[in-house]
Amino acid sequence: MEQDHKNGLEVIPKDPAKIKKIWMTALILLLITAFEFVLAFTMPRGILLYALFIILTVVKAYYIMMEFMHLGEEAKPLFYSIIVPVIFLVWLVIALMKEGSEIFVTRW
Amino acid sequence: MSSTAIEINSKRGVWGGGNEPLKASYGKLMMWFFLLSDIFTFGAFLITYGAIRMSYPSYEGTSAEFVSSNEYWPIPEMIFDALPFVHGVHFPLVFVGLMTFILITSSVTMVLAVEAGHRYDKSDVVKWLLWTLLGGITFLSCQAWEWSHFIHGTDGGTILEYVNTLNRVVSETVFGANLVVNEYGPAAFAQLFFVITGFHGFHVTLGVVLLFLAFYQAAVGVYEQRGHYEMVEKIGLYWHFVDLVWVFVFTFFYLI
Repeated sequence: MEQDHKNGLEVIPKDPAKIKKIWMTALILLLITAFEFVLAFTMPRGILLYALFIILTVVKAYYIMMEFMHLGEEAKPLFYSIIVPVIFLVWLVIALMKEGSEIFVTRW
Repeated sequence: MSSTAIEINSKRGVWGGGNEPLKASYGKLMMWFFLLSDIFTFGAFLITYGAIRMSYPSYEGTSAEFVSSNEYWPIPEMIFDALPFVHGVHFPLVFVGLMTFILITSSVTMVLAVEAGHRYDKSDVVKWLLWTLLGGITFLSCQAWEWSHFIHGTDGGTILEYVNTLNRVVSETVFGANLVVNEYGPAAFAQLFFVITGFHGFHVTLGVVLLFLAFYQAAVGVYEQRGHYEMVEKIGLYWHFVDLVWVFVFTFFYLI
């Protein structure tokens, strides 16, 4: 009896709204990437362009972590123990890019 | 009276053990913390890249008249401009755009597999895992081509003056790239390219192995026997992480 129940898991029907949301997120990610391509070929290189690229990348990371990895649905302590170190890390990347440009000034 | 008693009981319950403060299963929790440690590893790579990139002079001038040199950092769109099957035609960033598209799409099919797992829908899980697996293998193949092209270089090469492995300053035409010298820019450019995309590719390879395992076990009904599809969810977390890292590698390497 117990074995019967285990062998035949009942399939829950699809929720079209949920599946539509997944495809919408994918569309947003692809549109942001396409927009980055447009920026790469139209804007002059410089701090403004790099800042835009980093902001758009963080937006994409937000969508992947929230919609694809369902981090937003986890318990708050777990959510913060993942997201807070990541935010500091993004800051560290930006801080050391600034540091690198200071090295450039003194080296050349 | 009775409501007070219940409150005391629930407070005792907090200290009595058996609580789940993070409300996640052991496996999922460990996957999240493994991913956090992996984020630190890739974070270190990106910090290194950012710092070294900004400490080199940028190319001054329009990209149309760009010439490679180890004096300044190259413009990525002038370096990554090749496509398979069409030799010597300038397609800036098209191939890497295609790779990004493939990886994001395989991430989407992965979410669909996880979603099907929540519904205990075996045939859907198997179907979407197979698509994800195909996406992963396609991405790896693209990266293999990209590496091969990067290593072999262009027809003309670049005349560079550099310090060779015997510590002598030489001036010669350099083709392609290795860890000592490359025709595209400073030595650090190729070194960072090999380490960062290589480490990411290694993660994708592991992901493909895990996906195959999940695909096989789902297909033969291991998860149905087990009563849940949590393994698909955990491998899904890993696969999305690989996609997440690529988003950052793409921005830093191919755009900045």
